Amino acid sequence: MKRLLSIEFQKIWKNKASRVLLLAYFVLLSFIALIASIKFSIGTFEIRIADQGIFNFPYIWHFNSYIASLFKIFLAIVIVSMMANEYTYGTLKQNLIDGLSKKEFILSKFLVVGTFAVASTLFVFVMSLILGYSFSSYNEMGIVFSDLEYLLAFFVKLTAFFSFCLFLGILVKRSAFALGFLFIWFIGENIFYWLVKFVILGGNDKTKNFGDTIIQFFPMEAMSNLIKEPFTRLSAIKTIETTIGGAKAAKDYSVHFSEVSIVLVWTFIFILTSYYILKKRDL
Amino acid sequence: METILKITNLNKIFNRKLHAVKNVSFEIKKGNVYGILGPNGSGKSTTLGIVLNVVNKTSGDFEWFGGKSNTHDALKKVGAIIERPNFYPYMTAKENLELVCKIKGTSLSKVDEKLELVGLLERKNDKFRTYSLGMKQRLAIASALLNDPEILILDEPTNGLDPQGIRQIRDIIRIIASQGTTILLASHLLDEVEKVCSHVVVLRKGEMLYQGSVHDMIENNSFFELKSDDKEQLKLALQNHPSVEKIEEEEGKILVYLNQDIAAKDLNSYLFEQKIVLEHLVKRKNSLEEQFLELTKN
Repeated sequence: MKRLLSIEFQKIWKNKASRVLLLAYFVLLSFIALIASIKFSIGTFEIRIADQGIFNFPYIWHFNSYIASLFKIFLAIVIVSMMANEYTYGTLKQNLIDGLSKKEFILSKFLVVGTFAVASTLFVFVMSLILGYSFSSYNEMGIVFSDLEYLLAFFVKLTAFFSFCLFLGILVKRSAFALGFLFIWFIGENIFYWLVKFVILGGNDKTKNFGDTIIQFFPMEAMSNLIKEPFTRLSAIKTIETTIGGAKAAKDYSVHFSEVSIVLVWTFIFILTSYYILKKRDL
Repeated sequence: METILKITNLNKIFNRKLHAVKNVSFEIKKGNVYGILGPNGSGKSTTLGIVLNVVNKTSGDFEWFGGKSNTHDALKKVGAIIERPNFYPYMTAKENLELVCKIKGTSLSKVDEKLELVGLLERKNDKFRTYSLGMKQRLAIASALLNDPEILILDEPTNGLDPQGIRQIRDIIRIIASQGTTILLASHLLDEVEKVCSHVVVLRKGEMLYQGSVHDMIENNSFFELKSDDKEQLKLALQNHPSVEKIEEEEGKILVYLNQDIAAKDLNSYLFEQKIVLEHLVKRKNSLEEQFLELTKN
């Protein structure tokens, strides 16, 4: 395993574009901390974002993992090009001739996926801990380390997304086309949802129907379902909502086991299919 | 003699219609230098691709080192380059070779030694993409040699090179062969094979036409070139000789092909007994090239 990781990280780290993207990703992640310094004023009233409770434990786990997952596209590009390059340079063939088995090849790529996900999760964990201790109103152990399932969801989400990228890289063999395919897939899922829910079943926004039932099993939707948007959960906004609307909108923000398992199943499918494609294909 | 690679009844059909390799069987013994000959598209690269684990066989079998280990482990004891040199363009020569060492699981200490052998030591810290084709090909050979392989497989190693490049590669191959490494060289450049190889396998359209030593392939087909005043009488006399297979006339000379070898002296005395005096008698052998063209002719 150490050998495979050392092979893969040499390939990635010596490539300037990948190196820049990797560094940019972690720099951007740490910029989340800069949200703390955003201030704006309404009339004479000055509002500081950090004081609005976004860095309160345990809410910070939810907020940071949601924001951090927006940047995952940087690593996705690294993964797709890492895979597609092996085809364009002909090095996939050479690696196999040199004595890497196809299983080891997929395993080494998956190790990279896992390492990226672990590194991102650790980074977000440490950063949130620091930010939380600086700004949170509650610092009791029990509260600090509650709701950590958001980090687990973050990890699973990244692993699945990167596995999807890896799979597309192997399937399409060209990085630009693979990323285009990813985008088309995303749009395709939405169009499918819209067709089933509104056109075929004639549903509306207020109620759920079969369209909502089936879309949660689609990979992109399942990944985005893992961590729900945290903004409407913020106490400041809740206060505004209650003042204006009167009633509090009930929404479930928690991470569900069923959602995690759907995403895990997709991860398995992506990796196994990648292996199957590689095995069947003549290079 | 130890068998390195054994191929039995290997078949490959691409997309259910293109039969690229048809029932090919041969054996590679340790210490010999083999050539695989065949026109473009005869299945040379496909056959090599199959034994190197990058092309899936349709049927048949192959076995490395007597079947003691699985293919990818066996490949760690093999050095191979296929068609064009494949390396990471953004890495230097040294980094590329170090990566190969990691894959093969050998120590990094061989890198400089092999770069020296192919004459690239001074350029080792330059990026692969700055290399000329000849240098890339030499780097590929260095890479294939990193693990001091039991067998070196070269697929068209001189393709697209200038005469100097071809010469350099050929010299390197000779050095390696002289060190006792088994070599399998696929090529359509016949004098290359004739100069370097001891054994040949000839393929055409996926079928194996010949396998054996280069010496036998050439030797079996010796023929005579004769000239005499009375051509007709000469032809008649030759037709009555039991060892004569066929007679052809070319540029005023009579070419005599044999079904069994006879010495020039014996033929001469036979004709003299028939009262024919020759003014020209040469015993010739087809070059590998002529022999190959003869074999692969439709």
